[in-house]
Amino acid sequence: MRKLALSDEILLSIEKPARYIGGEVNSVMKEKDEVEIRFAMCFPDVYEIGMSHLGIQILYDMFNRREDVWCERVYSPWVDLDKLMREKQIPLFALESQDPIREFDFLGITLQYEMCYTNVLQILDLSGIPLLAAERTQDCPIVIGGGPCAYNPEPLAVFFDLFYIGEGETVYDELFDLYKQCKGNGVSRKDFLRRAAQIPGIYVPSLYEVTYNEDGTIASFAPTEPDVPAVIEKQVQMDMTDAPYPDAPVVPFIKVTQDRVVLEIQRGCIRGCRFCQAGMIYRPLRERSLVCLKEHADKMLASTGHEEISLSSLSSSDYSELPGIVNYLIDRYQDEKINISLPSLRIDAFSLDVMSKVQDVRKSSLTFAPEAGSQRLRDVINKGLTEDVILQGADEAFHGGWNKVKLYFMLGLPTETEEDRKEIAHLAEKIAEKYYEIPKDQRNGKCQITVSTSFFVPKPFTPLQWASMFQPGDYLGFAKTVNHEIKEMLNQKSIRYNWHHADVTLLEGVFARGDRRIADVILEAYRLGALYDAWTEYWDYDRWLQAFENAGVDMDFYTMRERGLDEILPWDFIRVGVTKEFLKKEWQKAHEESVTPNCREKCSGCGAAAYRGGVCTMRRA
Amino acid sequence: MKVRVKFSKQGNMKFIGHLDVMRYFQKAIRRAGIDIAYTEGLSPHMIMSFASPLGVGLTSDAEYMDIELRTPVSSREAIDALNRVGVEGITVTGFYEIPEGKANKAMTLVAAADYLVRFRARYEPDKIDLPSAVEEFYAQDEILVWKRTKKSEKEVDIRPMIYEMRYVPDAVFLRLASGSAANLKPELVMDTMLGRYGIKPSPFAYEINRCELYADTGSEKLQHPAEHDSETEYEAGAERVLTPLGALGREIL
Repeated sequence: MRKLALSDEILLSIEKPARYIGGEVNSVMKEKDEVEIRFAMCFPDVYEIGMSHLGIQILYDMFNRREDVWCERVYSPWVDLDKLMREKQIPLFALESQDPIREFDFLGITLQYEMCYTNVLQILDLSGIPLLAAERTQDCPIVIGGGPCAYNPEPLAVFFDLFYIGEGETVYDELFDLYKQCKGNGVSRKDFLRRAAQIPGIYVPSLYEVTYNEDGTIASFAPTEPDVPAVIEKQVQMDMTDAPYPDAPVVPFIKVTQDRVVLEIQRGCIRGCRFCQAGMIYRPLRERSLVCLKEHADKMLASTGHEEISLSSLSSSDYSELPGIVNYLIDRYQDEKINISLPSLRIDAFSLDVMSKVQDVRKSSLTFAPEAGSQRLRDVINKGLTEDVILQGADEAFHGGWNKVKLYFMLGLPTETEEDRKEIAHLAEKIAEKYYEIPKDQRNGKCQITVSTSFFVPKPFTPLQWASMFQPGDYLGFAKTVNHEIKEMLNQKSIRYNWHHADVTLLEGVFARGDRRIADVILEAYRLGALYDAWTEYWDYDRWLQAFENAGVDMDFYTMRERGLDEILPWDFIRVGVTKEFLKKEWQKAHEESVTPNCREKCSGCGAAAYRGGVCTMRRA
Repeated sequence: MKVRVKFSKQGNMKFIGHLDVMRYFQKAIRRAGIDIAYTEGLSPHMIMSFASPLGVGLTSDAEYMDIELRTPVSSREAIDALNRVGVEGITVTGFYEIPEGKANKAMTLVAAADYLVRFRARYEPDKIDLPSAVEEFYAQDEILVWKRTKKSEKEVDIRPMIYEMRYVPDAVFLRLASGSAANLKPELVMDTMLGRYGIKPSPFAYEINRCELYADTGSEKLQHPAEHDSETEYEAGAERVLTPLGALGREIL
């Protein structure tokens, strides 16, 4: 029996002990003396969230295929265990071996959202690894950051030894081989990092220096040594069909958020919505072949026993073989009662037909993400979804028996006016009216329209990266306008409205576009007790305001300011394919309310064609 | 075909709650390729029910769940298949065909359970002689305890629900009433006994293993597909006949 890091007494006194015992189906056990590299892969949030992440499953599988590497998992201990570990000085451990993280060669932390940053410090702290990379000694694990937030790594730069910019499939082998070589020859930590900086996509923050202008903007960003590259190239896995994919993902004992097989059908997106970071940084769109998807689906369902499979992509309807994979799954797995889940589908005749086959029409709801209420503002953000398309889709769906609709919008977009906000209510009303046009005896009771708004956060590498944000009071005012207008609608009883907290949005904004000076604020907030900021019950805005004050950092500098087009942005040193010139052109077009066609309609020269593949080299219709 | 599966839950699996064990088997059955039957309707689920939920922290040698098969499979094959796709700590030890009918459901049948209670290291009571304490305690005609219900507290005699209690090396063996008619938890018996000596043990003091679950075949008219003999035990002077739940089924060849 595997010996656990935590005693029975501790495990029986905390919530969900299964979060910490490992031993799940398909988790990988190896002999630690038989491997050369021990890698702890971390998602800095609670187990149920971390275990739902596809990227980690891909890398876990890929690393463990190497005989010389044992990759294990670690997640944030929940607050109950966090407290006990500090009291009893129990070091953070990996789930598989239950060994302390401190003994590992690497600690890789995925950065999926900004509000996990204090959890990153928790992981380091509980592991007994100095929070600042500069204070780490030879025997500390090399701490690597990756994931979408690593596209602006600067707020976390001092906490990481290196960042891996881009998709994990490409250069980890090179990094591991280099590490083995260095470890064998007694190369110092610093020299290893210097050599690692030569690998494309690897950013070693300690080898770069930033200077600032008097107004607080960046004056220069440059390597401190001559042979260190000035520009970091994002890594892209161009051949998706032969890319590594796990045949046997780990199956948790407890119910996790994504409790199903996840089949990534494609990566990237052709749409070019101007607010969307994923749509830019994952360019170009690359599809996996139908043959490989069928094979992966079969293997994963057989090895996990999951009762559901979900197709994953940024916009599933754009996958050219969607009917092929969906029909295959329906035919092959209907008898075994496997559910098929199809998120991010555009509502049209095909998707309605498929959805009526795979789900209970009466219970399920239709989802539209118009993102902005008016056509004018949708043109600003390049969201190519028109009112006609939404109303027609809703109409078809209502005739097909659906009566629940979910609508997602953003508030606080650039150029947004009072009228744009009110249009959100009007659109919901028009959808409700469509429903009540159906004769009473043919419809299914009342309709239920749920409107949800979030507040827009400008993200690096998007055409809206220069935009200003608003004060918390303004954001609430925007939501109140929508709420008030909905109450004025004829069918207001059929419309429900949810909105998010405004203050957490501002902090996301600071982290998303922050520079190295933000690290002091994160450190200070952590010292003041901030943790699990993504969880409403632990979110404390006042504590963060205090942290800004203590650190002497002005939040408004990061949020309340439209950046100049000539300003050096903290993430400018990363090359993602999409060029800054293209983003500037798009920012300009946003203000002209002019739309840009999608990649299949016409190439707009974003720069991703430099990767010579995916949709960029496909013939257009 | 209705089938009763017997499995053990040992080691680290004691931290997996009852509902998660159910989820575990739903997935394990798929991985093993066992053709299980589903309920009808819009959201079909596997036909599967457990005899008696086991609390987190307890281990067991004899957990039971009843399932229904669309395609029969031999006991040997099914046991091998489930263990091949299983995890350390959960081992399927039996796979028996059982008679149709609601009265034969494991959940309905449970009448008694055996437990072995050990003290965790550093939690052994040092002020008492455990063998004699057990003997004296079990020798009583009446054992009154205060039981808290939702509305009030009342005094109950738990002695009739203790079918057997004896000291075995380093542990206390208990055979207790279990199920919907009468149910007694081993912790309550132990707490009450130690309470007589002024000892109030920590909730982590006991390491409890459930050893068997029984149906009472003495008073009820049950179908017996298997001829049970050695497995059946008679309580002196009582009509109670305790038969392990697995013994009510027949091996599938």
